[in-house]
Amino acid sequence: MIQTEIAVLRFGLGARPGDLAAAAGDPRTWLTAQLKGPVQLAVNTALAPSDRIFVELLAAREERQEMKREAATSADPQAFNPVRDAYLPHYRAQVLARAQSAAVTPRPFAERLVHFWTNHFAVSADKGAVFGVAGTLENEAIRPHVNGRFVDLLTAVEQHPAMIGFLDNQYSVGKDSELARLAARRAARPRPDAADKPRREFGINENLAREILELHTLGVNGGYSQKDVTSFAQIITGWSIGGGKGRLAGGIPGRFYFRENLHEPGAKSFLGKTYYEDGQRQGEAVLSDLCRNPATASFIATKLVRHFIADDPPPAAVARVAHAFLKSGGDLPHVYAALIDAPEAWDPNVRKFKTPEDFVFSTLRALNASPTQPEEVIRSFELLGQRQYTPGSPAGWPDTAKSWDGSDALMHRVLWASRVAGRYERGLDPTDVAESSLGAYARPDTLTALRRATSSKQALALLLMSPEFQRR
Amino acid sequence: MYRSPSALSRRRFLLGTGALAAGAAFPRALFAHSGGAARLVVVILRGALDGLAAVPPYADPDYAALHRELAIGAPGSADGALSLDSIFGLHPSFSFLHDRYLAKELVVFQAVASPYRDRSHFDGQNVLENGLTKPIGTADGWLNRALAALPRGSGRPGERAVAISQNVPLILRGDTPVISKSPQATPDVDEDLLARLADLYSKDEWFSARLSEGVQTERLADEGNSGDAPAMMTQATAPQAGKPAAGDRVSGVARMAATLMRSEGGPEIAVIEASGWDTHANQGGAKGTLAQRLAGLDQAIRTLADGLGPLWPQTAVLVVTEFGRTAAMNGTRGTDHGTGGCAFLVGGSVRGGRVITDWPGLARTALLDNRDLRPTLDLRSVFKAVLDEHMHVDAKTLAARIFPDSSGARPLQGLMRA
Repeated sequence: MIQTEIAVLRFGLGARPGDLAAAAGDPRTWLTAQLKGPVQLAVNTALAPSDRIFVELLAAREERQEMKREAATSADPQAFNPVRDAYLPHYRAQVLARAQSAAVTPRPFAERLVHFWTNHFAVSADKGAVFGVAGTLENEAIRPHVNGRFVDLLTAVEQHPAMIGFLDNQYSVGKDSELARLAARRAARPRPDAADKPRREFGINENLAREILELHTLGVNGGYSQKDVTSFAQIITGWSIGGGKGRLAGGIPGRFYFRENLHEPGAKSFLGKTYYEDGQRQGEAVLSDLCRNPATASFIATKLVRHFIADDPPPAAVARVAHAFLKSGGDLPHVYAALIDAPEAWDPNVRKFKTPEDFVFSTLRALNASPTQPEEVIRSFELLGQRQYTPGSPAGWPDTAKSWDGSDALMHRVLWASRVAGRYERGLDPTDVAESSLGAYARPDTLTALRRATSSKQALALLLMSPEFQRR
Repeated sequence: MYRSPSALSRRRFLLGTGALAAGAAFPRALFAHSGGAARLVVVILRGALDGLAAVPPYADPDYAALHRELAIGAPGSADGALSLDSIFGLHPSFSFLHDRYLAKELVVFQAVASPYRDRSHFDGQNVLENGLTKPIGTADGWLNRALAALPRGSGRPGERAVAISQNVPLILRGDTPVISKSPQATPDVDEDLLARLADLYSKDEWFSARLSEGVQTERLADEGNSGDAPAMMTQATAPQAGKPAAGDRVSGVARMAATLMRSEGGPEIAVIEASGWDTHANQGGAKGTLAQRLAGLDQAIRTLADGLGPLWPQTAVLVVTEFGRTAAMNGTRGTDHGTGGCAFLVGGSVRGGRVITDWPGLARTALLDNRDLRPTLDLRSVFKAVLDEHMHVDAKTLAARIFPDSSGARPLQGLMRA
């Protein structure tokens, strides 16, 4: 029955041996059973929490400052880079744990939803300041809330230090904040010793506010103006990261911290509504209202339907999912259930071209494999053009075939398929793998090609590169 | 240097299977000449480059007060701008571009923008690439539509334009076939596996077209490399767990573009992308984050010019970004999304040594929405001029098909050498 294949291959991450059989009885129940509770990593790896990584980073930065002070000449920054050295082991560990979890999880639909939200709330590790904590957002803010309410997910994400750091909100300062007023008073005093020193100017940074509206909630056509962006940026001044020195001391180092003295005081107007001064809760009230906005429901529904059904989201499915979002108050299992109920999702003729991530994870599952070395994972994604946690922009990776279907990209897939087949071929019968990983999707042509292949390595590579395996 | 000895035999094999696109099987002698035809490279800077840092208006009375520590000083001052004229300079990282300016091969545009007036990167890039006035409305890019209207040139049909990446960006997507090639090599793919895949794909047009294209493109890169082109791909292929230096990466991409364009019958048009311009915090001035990125860009254009060698006199390189950034520094020593910005046109066929701008100034009353440099020139006027004067696309097609609704953006005149 093709519904089983659709549940496991399209909604899940691809089939490990036995997955299709397990879902065959009742594919929909197989899916909905995964929508309860947090979705932790499926492997028992002790990853360092974000606050500890940030603290290590701060220590590394101080070390570098110290080095700079000591070195009379400016040393080559590439030769010894304490920031990179502090971050790299964490990035490697996060990437490996993620791939292992995707390869072995018994809840692959829930795991795909985790990946979906990580991409929706993208933090890109190519920004040096968050390189080592990029993966912590997924594990600390998304996994606990993926089966909860959208407002809790959203709040956890926007208050996660990786997001605050990625979109530069930690030192966004209100012009009338305590800190800015103090600085102004000081500047008014005569200071002959520092007369030629430029005074530090305080102000907002609108990056996080804009991307919350454009990319996380309302969507770019969600009905907000530049004024709303500026106002929202003022509302979330003070949303910062603990630690620091002098006037910026406070909070637990490396954790979210509301810095009252950076916050722009007073009532503010946003999308036609007045939000009274309430410190950190002023911003939380805005987030909560954003979750009730129909534009948010429609934007999230469109992205979910694009991810799970088709590059051009069928409007009826979008409407169904958006309705569930509004009606349930953003209760995510209800939203996912509406997706499963959409008849369009079960059309066997509509298939998504796999992203490199889809391709790698479904390959590991098909081959009953799990990577053991971070380099294996890192090099795979480097080769295939989707470095983990590195979409390059806050918009995340594109989710349509035309962004991944270049001829050069296909050549890289052939190369990778050939290598991975060589690595994992031992003990595998390619025809069995075709059966357990594709079920009814395996075409007779492909099975014939597998039988005629000169080696099991070649047969596996052909299977992985077959049109039916390249789609989900 | 990577060189696959078997690329030619691979191509012969695929010819034998009939899996090749019709155009690729054209007799090569027809396209044997490589000179004469114009070359165009479009460099897209994703993330919104700060035009007021790249092309500092050092003599504008409001510049230093607004841009504060991000401002670049007047030429001759410490870490000052490289001089262009009495108002504008180039960021000190742009040493090669400045040489081109002095050699009258660089036109600098200031206070330009696409028709897009909001501040989303992603919509802004869509408008920059789709050639329309709004972010949605077409799935193809203006450069692809232009390809269909190009007079015959030296490139093989179906291979006249290349995206230097694994996948094709919007500006080059569309009905006319183009190729893509990343600087990352794909060595050691088993010939026999490729042949069997070609067979397996024979009933799937979508896959078979891409496979034959991929094999073809690899051959082009091989041929380009067998000449005097510099050793390539060492940087890009080295597995990097951390952050590769941005400048090195862009230079690797530029080198690949030059290599392909130098190959016999190779593409006449290339698209290169570089990211990392979204400088919301700690942007820096003459030195710092943005300065390093600009130096990387400058190096990439030098690499491109060196690599193109004898083709440089017939080349134009267009450097554009989705929009500019705020005139004032923000609260975190960076700049937020703005509107008016800068663009560059450089190359041996460019009538350069000029700054083209209708400078609106940075006085508070002159700013757009009280915050951004007001754009006074539509980027489409530049695009149209390049397609018209350099690529010889006829004016009617330009106005009707390539840039619909652009009657207000008349092509600039005299951008190219006669």
